[in-house]
Amino acid sequence: MTTPSADDARPANAGRASAPDSGPDQAREPDIIEQGTPDQVAPAQAPTAQAPAAAGSNGDQPLLRLVDVGKSFGPVRVLTRINLDIPIGQVTAVVGDNGAGKSTLIKTISGIYTQDEGQILWEGHQVHLHTPKDATDLGIATVYQDLALADNLDIVANMFLGHEVVKRFQLDEIAMEKTARKTLADLSVVTVRSVRQAVGSLSGGQRQAVAVARAVMREAKLVILDEPTAALGVTQTRVVLDLIKRLKSQNIAVIVISHNLNDVQSVADRIAVLRLGRLVAVGPASQYDAESIVDLMTTGTSKRLAATSAEPSPGSSSDH
Amino acid sequence: MTTEGPLQDFAQAPLPETSGSFESDDTAAEVALSSPDVIADSLGEYAKIWLTRVRNGDSGALPVILGLVVIVIYFQARSSLFLSAGNLVNLAGQAAWIAVLGMAEVFVLLLGEIDLSIGYTAPLGATFTCWLLLPPHPAPWPLAVLVGLAVPAIFSGLQGLIVTRLRLPSFVVTLAGQLLALGLLLEVMDSAAPNGGGTIRLYPGVLADIYSGSVSPVAGWIVMAAAVAGAGSLFLVRDSRRRASNLTAPPLSVTLLKIAAIAVAGVVVVLVGNTNRGVGFTVVRGVPWVVLVVVVVVFVWSVLLGRTRFGRYVYAIGGNAEAARRAGISLTRIRVLAFTLCGLTAGIMGIIYTSYLGSVSTGVQGGQLVLLAVAAAVIGGVSLFGGRGKMLGAVLGGLIVAVIYNGLELLGLGAAPQYIWTAVVLLAAVTVDTLARRRSTTA
Repeated sequence: MTTPSADDARPANAGRASAPDSGPDQAREPDIIEQGTPDQVAPAQAPTAQAPAAAGSNGDQPLLRLVDVGKSFGPVRVLTRINLDIPIGQVTAVVGDNGAGKSTLIKTISGIYTQDEGQILWEGHQVHLHTPKDATDLGIATVYQDLALADNLDIVANMFLGHEVVKRFQLDEIAMEKTARKTLADLSVVTVRSVRQAVGSLSGGQRQAVAVARAVMREAKLVILDEPTAALGVTQTRVVLDLIKRLKSQNIAVIVISHNLNDVQSVADRIAVLRLGRLVAVGPASQYDAESIVDLMTTGTSKRLAATSAEPSPGSSSDH
Repeated sequence: MTTEGPLQDFAQAPLPETSGSFESDDTAAEVALSSPDVIADSLGEYAKIWLTRVRNGDSGALPVILGLVVIVIYFQARSSLFLSAGNLVNLAGQAAWIAVLGMAEVFVLLLGEIDLSIGYTAPLGATFTCWLLLPPHPAPWPLAVLVGLAVPAIFSGLQGLIVTRLRLPSFVVTLAGQLLALGLLLEVMDSAAPNGGGTIRLYPGVLADIYSGSVSPVAGWIVMAAAVAGAGSLFLVRDSRRRASNLTAPPLSVTLLKIAAIAVAGVVVVLVGNTNRGVGFTVVRGVPWVVLVVVVVVFVWSVLLGRTRFGRYVYAIGGNAEAARRAGISLTRIRVLAFTLCGLTAGIMGIIYTSYLGSVSTGVQGGQLVLLAVAAAVIGGVSLFGGRGKMLGAVLGGLIVAVIYNGLELLGLGAAPQYIWTAVVLLAAVTVDTLARRRSTTA
């Protein structure tokens, strides 16, 4: 990892400088490494003024746009200048080795952490995500790797946690239970004996289903799934992947964090590769095969990729 | 909240052949943590599921009630006076303040916290109440009560704020709070009753009548009948609403059994209360007001914990604080509110306790009171680890503690066996709590 001062000195602002101009026409078919290689271009001085300018341009703007987002924990720089667009109706897979910053990235988007630098644009407008509620209010729903369910509460209570239906100052258990049952049925979760079971009594697959159902039950525009298939068997994985595809067909933006490249390639429309807190590549999934992704994850460049398409990212790799 | 979300159309979308993929191979574990109310179809199955849950420590009130019955039978066998009307009313009085202080602890125990200060903040609040009621110019009693409740509520609320904001262990913060409250009690008592020798008297009036006054026998029957009818219709309406919405409801036989149990308990209480317990020519009849106070408190707090957002969040934080935080729940607000309600309930206990003793004294054993309260809650099935337990548990636990004290006293045994047996029961309850938790986390 480079020193922060070296990072700051490097001209790395071009991504946000060029994005407002080129963004609208590129958004439909995102170019490879669109934001991954701005390092060589000249710096821009007024990102705050330019970024919102992209907002009103036209309907092709991405649902979520990260502009130069950075995050440090004390002296440790976890995310460095992340520029990433999340378009509607597409599955964006974020891949990277352990410690690449994937979890920090999604926690920043879902309001658990607040970025130290850069901006987050939601539907073109700058937003400040200080609490998870800020994010969920926008329509960002997150399913965490550790599922974040309360074992002592039942399925209904977990699915509605923080968003309970209240009638005359009392919880409307009947309305909540009906909605929960319908949602689970829609997700073809058929073997849960009762939605009044405590979540602590469920199997891993059932817990995953509850967590996914919880995230998508509200009218989410962006669903973030952190390692959704990590603990699942083959059939259960397929259910989750099918679910992701359905979310996409409903014009919901999906971010999938995954180690499993098979899963990534079967559902992802776009792939973003993180390495040591930097985004080393972004582009349509079709442009990457498993080998090039692994190359990018481990070294930050891929010769295979360089041969077929746009430039790799010399900027970030040269530092390491 | 509606289903007008993205999933609305999923029902129409073709599903891959995946049924059975979320198979749970361990039905026993699945059943273990679930309420039999909603997954049993018949009385027999209900009993079976319930037994599984008992083994996992999450069994509701019945095991505690059974334990209570066993202890009562033992004491009655040793002393025929035990079940006399006079002693039972006396017992209810002793149990009342332990139960109310136990209910105070439930709010914080459910969060996985503890409040050790309330043993002294309760008499502190009551001192203010007595002070305000001093002749020759007594304040109106509701005002005095309000102050008596507000003082411990604010005190505990501030402790909750410190615990949450500074992330300090509540054990230490409230231990400091206990000392502080004792100091304040001595200080306030000096001003309130300069020549009272550390004691301030509760002058006769509404508050003194909480213990000494009784509901008239006829009114007792009417109130009891209304309460049972109310509870019964609440259960039946809830069940029928669930059935109407095509949701599973507990079998009718189970619900009727529950209502019958409540009715029997009510009849026994009123019968005992209405029996003449006077000595000699004086006639003393009627259910003491304190019983009604406890019933109202347990009902209101149970509704708050079981049927409102606040209660749901208390359980959620106790079960998985991180999950609650990610769900957008303000942990600070809920925790501070829970601590405040703990203090408020302690204030209720302070007034009841003062009514019981007829005065407040600086010699009050606050440390022991609070430990009895925690014992009552834990014996009643409230987990020390947070997230599990009910208000009713604290009341039943308080009854058990009071029965042990009362019974041993009746047998002419002194303080030593009282402490020892309370310790044994508490240790047993904590052991059950811990084993249950271990089993449910490994299940």
